[in-house]
This record gives sequence, structure tokens and C-alpha cells, in this order.
Amino acid sequence: MSADLINALIGGMMIGVAASALLIFNGRIMGISGILNGALKFNKSDFGWRFSFLMGLFSGAIILKAFYPGVFDVPQAGWIEVVIGGVLVGVGTTIGSGCTSGHGVCGISRMSPRSLIATVTFMLFGFLTVGVFRHLF
Amino acid sequence: MKVHIIGFLSGLIFALGLGVSGMTQTEKILNFLDVFGNWDYSLAFVMIGAIIVHFIVYRWITHKDSPIFSNTFHMPTRKDIDKPLVFGAILFGIGWGVVGYCPGPALTSLAGGNPKTLVFVISMLVSMRGYTYLDSKRAVN
Repeated sequence: MSADLINALIGGMMIGVAASALLIFNGRIMGISGILNGALKFNKSDFGWRFSFLMGLFSGAIILKAFYPGVFDVPQAGWIEVVIGGVLVGVGTTIGSGCTSGHGVCGISRMSPRSLIATVTFMLFGFLTVGVFRHLF
Repeated sequence: MKVHIIGFLSGLIFALGLGVSGMTQTEKILNFLDVFGNWDYSLAFVMIGAIIVHFIVYRWITHKDSPIFSNTFHMPTRKDIDKPLVFGAILFGIGWGVVGYCPGPALTSLAGGNPKTLVFVISMLVSMRGYTYLDSKRAVN
């Protein structure tokens, strides 16, 4: 197996461990869009753990920046695409109740029909979008 | 306090996992989504690795009455496939394909210090909050 495949598998298993810890100990689903959406409502009752999760995420990000800065790249999309992409991801994950982590990892592991449909749909439209942008224009 | 420590550690491991796996590289994500071109399928193994671990843990967890540091499991209960679910996933898929960021990697990549990442995250957060606000007003009216 190539190094990329092994890194993907190890990184994926770490993501699985992170999701599992949050579920076993806190009883929460590790869906990033859901955690963000909840945190942005600033409800006193469940803001705390979301904030802690995000602080952990940013700490991990700083560690990556310090030791493996190569894991970050500069998006090749133009400024307008970056804004449109951000809005589509924000609105889409809010309307669709989840993203790659919540639907794709946690939902599929629970064999949730909603998450399975959502994951197949966003993967398909990701394929189509890149296909159109790279091969039609 | 324990809930916060677990939250923090989960976020930490999640971000490191994203970095190790290649999910924070927009170029790699777009190559993974490029099934009609020179497809880089390696990122499929991120989902496979994560699901293998979480699938097994989830089977084991469902035999427990409650999580260790909390009283109840906060699990989604809906089973219906409705229009918002599919429509939202379509919008998300398009946005993912345009730039190469989904929410977790976008937040993590803020540490990369690129202004485009920051603009993406701000657009994402403002639209999330804005949609929720408009939706709540619509519900009241």
C-alpha cells in the first residue's frame, strides 16, 4: 500500500476514536456542522462541551501547524468561489442536518438511513461539481 | 469538568486525524472527488478507517444504558427521508466540490493562516447562523 493509503487509514481511525470517545463518555454525536450550529446558538445548557471540543480542535490544528505544516494547502478556488462554497457548505449542512463527520462517519456507523442517503447525495454532487468544473469548463 | 476534558480530547484527536489523513488538503480532496478524471481514491480509506472503529464501538455502546460522564445518549431519532435532508446534502456536496473544504477540515485549516480559508469559514458560519435565524422567524410567523 502507498503511504497515502496508510496515512488515510490511520487518520481515519483516529477520527473514529475521537467520535467514539465523545459517544462513550459524553453521549454525543461527533458531527462538526451540528457542534458548530449548536455553539452558534449560545444556549447555556450545552454550549460548554461544544466549546471544549472546538478548543481541542484548534489545539490539534496548532500542533499540526507546528510539526506538519505541509498538511495545509492554499485553496485554488478564486475568492468568489470561496465565498459561494462557504455559504453552500454552511446552508447545506444546516438544512441537511449534517456533514461528512456527522452523516458520513457517525451516521453510517449507526446504519442510519437518513445519513446513508445524505452521504450518497453529497458525495454524488461533489463528484458532479468537480467533474463540471474540471472537465467541462 | 470531565465532559469538557473528553470534548477537548475528542476535538484534538479529530483535528490530528484530519491532518494525518490528508483531509485538510483541498487539492487532495478535489482529486478524490474527481472520479471523471485522474481519480485519487486514497481518501476513501479515511471514511473506511473511521467507520470500522466507530461501527464496532457503536455496537458495543448500544448495550449500555447511559454514557459514562452523562445521564443520557443524545442520539438523532428521525428515520424519515425528507426534502430538506436531500436538498441540504446537494448544496453541501456542491460547496465541497467548489472549494474542497467540509466543515471540520475548514476549521482545522484556519491554523494554516491562509486568508481564503478564513473567508470560507466566515461565509460558512454567517450562513449557518443566518439560515437558523431566518428559519426560526419563519416558524414563528
